[in-house]
Amino acid sequence: MTVLRSGVDTTATEFAANREAMLAKLADLDAEHAKAVAGGGEKYVSRHRARGKLLARERVELLLDPDSPFLELSPLAAWGTDYQVGGSLVTGIGVVEGVECLVNASDPTVKGGAINPWGMRKGFRAADIAAQNGLPTVNLVESGGADLPTQKEIFIPGGRTFRDLTRSSAAGVPTVALVFGNSTAGGAYLPGMSDHVVMVKDRAKVFLGGPPLVKMATGEESDDESLGGAEMHARVSGLADYLAVDERDAIRLGRRIVARLNWRKRGPAPAADYAEPEHDPEDLLGIVPTDLKVPFDPREVIARVVDGSDFDEFKPLYGSSLVTGWAQVHGYPVGILANARGVLFSEESQKATQFIQLANQTNTPLLFLHNTTGYMVGKEYEQGGIIKHGAMMINAVSNSKVPHISVLMGSSYGAGHYGMCGRAYDPRFLFAWPSAKSAVMGPQQLAGVLSIVMRQGAEARGQAYNEEHDAAMRAMVENQIEAESLPTFLSGMLYDDGIIDPRDTRTVLGIALSAVHTTTVEGADSFGVFRM
Amino acid sequence: MITSLLVANRGEIARRVFRTARDLGIATVAVHSDADADSPHVREADAAVRLPGSSPAETYLRPDLLIRAALDAGADAVHPGYGFLSENAEFARAVLAAGLTWVGPPVEAIERMGSKIESKLLMAEAGVPTLTDVAEPTEADLPLLVKASAGGGGRGMRVVRRLADLDGELAAARSEAASAFGDPTVFVEPYLETGHHIEVQVMADRHGTVWAVGERECSIQRRHQKVVEEAPSPLVERTPGMRERLFDAARKAAGAIGYEGAGTVEFLADDAGRFYFLEMNTRLQVEHPVTECVTGLDLVALQLSVAEGAPLAADPPESAGHAIEVRLYAEDPALDWRPQSGTLHHFAVPGVTAHFTAAGERGLRLDSGVESGSVVGVHYDPMLAKVIAWAPDRTAAARALAGALAGSRVHGVHTNRDLLVRVLRHPAFLAGETDTAFFDRHGLGALSEPLADKDTEALSALAAALADAEANRAAARVLGRVPGGWRNVVSQPQVKVYTGVTGEHEVRYRVGRAGLAADGFTGVRLVSATARAVELEVAGVRRRFEVTAVGGSVWVDSALGPVALTAVDRFPDPADQVAAGSLLAPMPGTVVRVAVSAGDSVTAGQPLLWLEAMKMEHRIDAPTDGVVAELPVSAGDQVDVGRVLAVVRTAEEGS
Repeated sequence: MTVLRSGVDTTATEFAANREAMLAKLADLDAEHAKAVAGGGEKYVSRHRARGKLLARERVELLLDPDSPFLELSPLAAWGTDYQVGGSLVTGIGVVEGVECLVNASDPTVKGGAINPWGMRKGFRAADIAAQNGLPTVNLVESGGADLPTQKEIFIPGGRTFRDLTRSSAAGVPTVALVFGNSTAGGAYLPGMSDHVVMVKDRAKVFLGGPPLVKMATGEESDDESLGGAEMHARVSGLADYLAVDERDAIRLGRRIVARLNWRKRGPAPAADYAEPEHDPEDLLGIVPTDLKVPFDPREVIARVVDGSDFDEFKPLYGSSLVTGWAQVHGYPVGILANARGVLFSEESQKATQFIQLANQTNTPLLFLHNTTGYMVGKEYEQGGIIKHGAMMINAVSNSKVPHISVLMGSSYGAGHYGMCGRAYDPRFLFAWPSAKSAVMGPQQLAGVLSIVMRQGAEARGQAYNEEHDAAMRAMVENQIEAESLPTFLSGMLYDDGIIDPRDTRTVLGIALSAVHTTTVEGADSFGVFRM
Repeated sequence: MITSLLVANRGEIARRVFRTARDLGIATVAVHSDADADSPHVREADAAVRLPGSSPAETYLRPDLLIRAALDAGADAVHPGYGFLSENAEFARAVLAAGLTWVGPPVEAIERMGSKIESKLLMAEAGVPTLTDVAEPTEADLPLLVKASAGGGGRGMRVVRRLADLDGELAAARSEAASAFGDPTVFVEPYLETGHHIEVQVMADRHGTVWAVGERECSIQRRHQKVVEEAPSPLVERTPGMRERLFDAARKAAGAIGYEGAGTVEFLADDAGRFYFLEMNTRLQVEHPVTECVTGLDLVALQLSVAEGAPLAADPPESAGHAIEVRLYAEDPALDWRPQSGTLHHFAVPGVTAHFTAAGERGLRLDSGVESGSVVGVHYDPMLAKVIAWAPDRTAAARALAGALAGSRVHGVHTNRDLLVRVLRHPAFLAGETDTAFFDRHGLGALSEPLADKDTEALSALAAALADAEANRAAARVLGRVPGGWRNVVSQPQVKVYTGVTGEHEVRYRVGRAGLAADGFTGVRLVSATARAVELEVAGVRRRFEVTAVGGSVWVDSALGPVALTAVDRFPDPADQVAAGSLLAPMPGTVVRVAVSAGDSVTAGQPLLWLEAMKMEHRIDAPTDGVVAELPVSAGDQVDVGRVLAVVRTAEEGS
């Protein structure tokens, strides 16, 4: 036991100010989440209810085991776009009959559940998570198919949806479709490609072409029921394995299907018993400074996230701007890499490379806690080989085979974002705190760089540099970059899997680690050639 | 000397007698019907003999089997308990004829007291006050009571309030008496509307000593069955000289028939303290414990001693303090006292100081025929247990008894517990105003109201939901340590639905960082929760709820009152929903037989017709109770899949 001590003074003015700022951000986040929950708005919600139908999240809640947790993924997809926040789809990881499943539910109150470009990408991300972690998928289907005006963005890439389903099946990971309503045209392949299909009587409608299209194509007169009714599919076509009398019954059947999967997780089980952190996670609200230029000690975060606040630090005296060490979260062993003073130097990069190799040797998942401004620049560092060393770290992160989970606590700028396993490096999960910011560099730096480059350009052309224009340009660029570095924006772009309350970090990591261990955990045998 | 005793009875009285036998060093022999094979009285006995069958007529009422059992098991004495054959002279005679000791009065005493008409004459002769039979009833004699001469336990009794009804009631009483007791003789007495039921415990030996041990009042009755019994009697206590007169009459009654052993002389008394002989019970009474509690006697030990011929001391001991007994019945007072059956999952009375015995100046005694896990069947009396409190004064005994009952865990069958608590806490009861009209006067409806009101039931449902959440977390195969019901995006609460006696409770709750948020429970704070106990702070008061769940049944016990709930399944079985309606052919085939015709009444599960397909016969059953509204097929018809074979409509749909 190496229990971390805490130096946090919860009575300090600074702490109170940090906390207040974080609470304000959380209140804003709640408001954004509420938009996603509101779906298509009151009018469409009441119309949906009037038809005796359950809302997407009501279907999900009913599917889940009572009192079990649910980690909703990408809830702010499409934030900052013209589309409804959430993208007409609910995705998440939940427990059904004791089995962790990837659950997708189309939200029919948003344009009939039609798939728009952001909903599609959100679905892709969910499918990636299911595939990487070997999670069975349960689709709660009621969608009008592709959002036709945006078909150019959807049609061609959208085929992935069906490919992913059957690949999951081929990999021995079952897929279940519960069809509550429309699932037509391309959407018909959703049940078509699923291992288990339930359709709701008098509600499900699954056909390639509806009566008008059939009339146009062949002249045949037909109706919805004979082309794609639940009863027809259950009794005649055999596309439906089970006929549900109503929505509740469909969910009941879905639960029974999952119960009979005889599912066994393939990864190692967590420790049977473990201690909660010694320090109060509530303090996490006051730890991140309002100004990200002020560094904070990530051990204060680790002390509030890991089991028993027990952390064995690796190489504590070397490359101390990056904290590395071993701990356990909800019974699962993890190796942690956490930025301490923002900048990554050569030593930090080498230390990280060694640490990642050690984790791969012992099949230990890695947790990256981001607060980095990037790799050090300057003559001394360039000459000291910072590119080589940064490349070593990125090589190690790229080729590491143990599961990675990233949490953006503060800054995640530049190549530091890559080295700390940013989105492009395929962490199994990536979550951001409301305090996080991510961009190629900080807004002021970026504006300043632009200003210097333009000033040099003007000078080279022998023109006078307009200081007034420069100030306006800098302000504009700073504002734009600032806005585009914010977590809601990045979440909207699906660059993370969700923004979380810092106090929930332990819970979210617990759910993520448990999902990760649905499949085997094995480290890499080889890495790319390290440039020494 | 008695060395081995068979008790020709079951349940709590068998256990009661065994307790004394064990104390005395006498071996014990139980008998049991098939339904009672696993009963506590069987487990406790040194030996047990099966009486095949379950009905009393096949088992506990069979003298031949009982005597055979005693001989086979090597018993040398038979104790009849109460009820069953305890006052059957033939049985007593047969026991004696088999060379066994009969723990009861002489056969002749049983016979003479067996006829109510004869016993009344005998008593009147001996100078015991009796109600004169009304030979020629007039308006002035109303109301009247028709009673069976051979009767007991309220059977064959009828109250007549209008002369015009008399002949009809006489005829009805005669036929009831004839079928119940094999003797159609009935007689007519004046009926005392608001009488007191006072009885005197007597004990007599073979040597001429007759004790009047003490009186009991058992006025609170339902359908002529005692519910609350106490010693001493409040009426006797407040009426100067009444006890002496009562005891004198009781001793005369016992003396007149040469009584031996334990017996009870029952009287009906009015508020002025006048009393009249009703009958003499030639056995131990159900309510004997109250007398034991105030006298310190062991009446069963005395019975055994007298049966062996030993003499009693000259005088009985003095009584001290006050004892009250209640009979806990598996019944629903609000539903016409309908007996209840089922598994008694959990039964515990807090603060019990003694089982089947009493010692000291205060205490709580439990005489129970059942234990946690016992099955309460339909064959016998639904009395589960007797709970007796004794204390230096009546108020203290009533309070202790009410408190113990209110805090008891009685899970699985509905009982009269709440009614008993309300009686014991009723101002009229505490004032000693107990008479046979107690339930009528104070309203059975109000008295049988559950102790837990609607708000308590709702709060208990919340506690049940929270305990269930803990149970679910503990049983979770994955993520069991993650906070229950955790959501990063909150859209709705957890929902659990329970039904209780006051209605349906939909519990909508979420336990988040800020604690419990439950719809309709503002100001309720969750202090702690486990699967078995939930502590809630309600309007600043911390309250503890104990939760026990068995399948879909949940019992929540708290100081606010016991609550029984049924959890409503999240997913109702669609088989229940499809219910009435069309029966479709499940596959193509031939109708081979049709068992019903259109218009027939059918019950759920009844076969309607048979379909032959693929060399197999498939039976089509009625999905519900109802009427065959349509039957469009007949034998020999070829049917396609989905073809309507029959339509069954329920009674409501039909009308």
